[in-house]
Amino acid sequence: MRTLLLKSLFAAPATIGAPDADDAALMELGRALAVRGRRLFGRSLTIREIDAGSCNGCELEIHALNNSVYDIERFGLKFAASPRHADVLLVTGPVTHNMKIALERTYAATPDPKWVVAVGDCGCGCGVFEGSYAVIGAVDKVLPVDLHIRGCPPRPIDLLRGLIALVDQATAKA
Amino acid sequence: MTAVDAGGITTILAAFASVGFHAPWQRFDVDAEAWTAIAKSLGNGAADLLGLWGDVGTVHMALRAPPADPCVVSVAVTPTLPSPAGPLPFPPPLAGEGGVGASGGGTGRGSFPSVGRFHPPAIRLERTICDLYGHVPADAPDDRAWLDHGQWGLHAPLGAGTLAPRRDPTDYEFLAVHGHGLHQIPVGPVHAGIIEPGHFRFTANGETVARLEERLGYVHKGVDALMTDAGLAKAARIVARISGDSTVALSFAFSRAVEAALGIEAPRRAVVLRGVMAELERIANHLGDIGAVCNDAAFALIHAHCGIFRERVLAASDAAFGHRLMMDRIVPGGVAQDITADGGAAILAALDDIAPRFEEIAALYDDTPSLQDRTCATGYVAGDLVQRWAAGGHVGRASGRNFDARRDLAYPPYQGLSFAVPLYATGDVDARVRVRIDEVRASMRMIRDWLAHLPGGPVLTPLPQASGPREGIAITEAFRGDVLVWLRLGAGGQVVRCHVRDASWFQWPLLEAAIENNIVADFPLCNKSFNCSYSGHDL
Repeated sequence: MRTLLLKSLFAAPATIGAPDADDAALMELGRALAVRGRRLFGRSLTIREIDAGSCNGCELEIHALNNSVYDIERFGLKFAASPRHADVLLVTGPVTHNMKIALERTYAATPDPKWVVAVGDCGCGCGVFEGSYAVIGAVDKVLPVDLHIRGCPPRPIDLLRGLIALVDQATAKA
Repeated sequence: MTAVDAGGITTILAAFASVGFHAPWQRFDVDAEAWTAIAKSLGNGAADLLGLWGDVGTVHMALRAPPADPCVVSVAVTPTLPSPAGPLPFPPPLAGEGGVGASGGGTGRGSFPSVGRFHPPAIRLERTICDLYGHVPADAPDDRAWLDHGQWGLHAPLGAGTLAPRRDPTDYEFLAVHGHGLHQIPVGPVHAGIIEPGHFRFTANGETVARLEERLGYVHKGVDALMTDAGLAKAARIVARISGDSTVALSFAFSRAVEAALGIEAPRRAVVLRGVMAELERIANHLGDIGAVCNDAAFALIHAHCGIFRERVLAASDAAFGHRLMMDRIVPGGVAQDITADGGAAILAALDDIAPRFEEIAALYDDTPSLQDRTCATGYVAGDLVQRWAAGGHVGRASGRNFDARRDLAYPPYQGLSFAVPLYATGDVDARVRVRIDEVRASMRMIRDWLAHLPGGPVLTPLPQASGPREGIAITEAFRGDVLVWLRLGAGGQVVRCHVRDASWFQWPLLEAAIENNIVADFPLCNKSFNCSYSGHDL
């Protein structure tokens, strides 16, 4: 273990450079903010992830945000275990009928002010599960959504760009 | 003993003719008596249950009794109580129900002899058939709903499909636990981490778990219904999204089932590329799991390194096949697109980079007693349980079940390939980690061999027009175990009915056994060492 740690001291960082905020996300958030007014967060947002029916592909890529390559915490974003600690709900879908109540309760347990980000083609639309008796559909059919990050699944870099746009906008001074 | 009992099932089936076109293995329509006899044989350990699923007016069961090939047996559902006047056996009639559905009369409630009565691994599958089709398993030991939480507004959506009022989803009777000083800990469906939803009901005595009961079905998306009378392309895209972490293995099995039904073979180059993708998926998932198990034992260093390795593999997969998880790349007839010109080099560069570093991490796992203190003897699953449940993947192989679909069913490109299948007898978290470590090494070797001798030629064969109803079945080895796809194609080439059985079906119940008598705090460790799919199970 000592050799490993020593090597890590001298190795180049595995982390990639910071991507720019996603333009489309900035525009979408700009509209949402104009309606709600800006709030002061102090450059840090805590995220609670909720799988409301996904195939777990989105979860794999959201997980990747925590690895050393993407290292989401350097942008002031971190994942929390409880919705009561969260500013942002990151929701993957499609929202199933069996998850609707749990999703609504998690939203209710999150203190205001809060943001909802719909992730993936299923969370943003309904994806291939359109028309099923078991599925309600996109996240915005159940909760008000502030930002959509599409992709099947979205790449970690796309998730990062969307979330950086969110932290930039949500924490900007009024 | 096995051979004699296998002969028993063969003898039972000899009285029945195999059905129409079903490839590559046979399907038999049997009567209720033979069905029950086969269920008893399963209970005696004469064969492995590979799947049990509903169809219109029928229930199918896939089983394997080596040395015989796997086969499918089907039993017709017997209509029960055509008049709604009498008391219905199960489930109780719902208020407001009563012929509202368009086809309420023709596909009414029926029953079939329970398999779970003799062979417990069938119980949850039977509950699912009852939820989706309304076919009641007669004399079943457990008549609670499983995937149906009373939220669909429909009763038996693939059967009668009658309207049903929504029920309170918490109205579910968990199994009783009696004893002094017991308390319950309900967990989920929304969990603390970035994971899928499901409910765990722990009954603990102090810190020690006396019983865990799972309640799943939260991410049920109606996959079986979506794939009924669906176009081939649509069905392929749905199958690829049944469990995102096994997308390659599921598309692989689906494509092989379609090809079996149509009587064609994918071109040699496509077959090898499928193997490369399947092994890349296995490596990526195993790396993630090895890291996550160590992380749950508070050893973050291995997690950090494995995270970087996994990222390297996904980036190479993206460079070679244009998608990090290689979703929709395997299609009926071959692969959707050829490997990119520098894709092979990108994969080899990634393997060269991580192989020596992976060995350092594996050695670190071996040399850290504080880590093994958490993993060794934790989450023990007995060998006879994995045999009875025919649990695949690391869950089976860590408890001595010597089965790997790649070797034992030898589908291309694995036929004729010699590779070691890791086998451990300790059945604990440690053994499940070690199976994964060994498999990462083996998969790296396979990929190197294939890329060194990649055959030329086309990567896609055009699909012939189906001349009539044709059925196909295929099993592939996903990273967590064998997955089964069964389908029936119509004359127009559309999917009339398709069923996918993920490895998780036969692993989730064993997690309940694994956690028994462990402390609550070790549950994340046990759960991660299984890493069952919720979406793959809930469908």
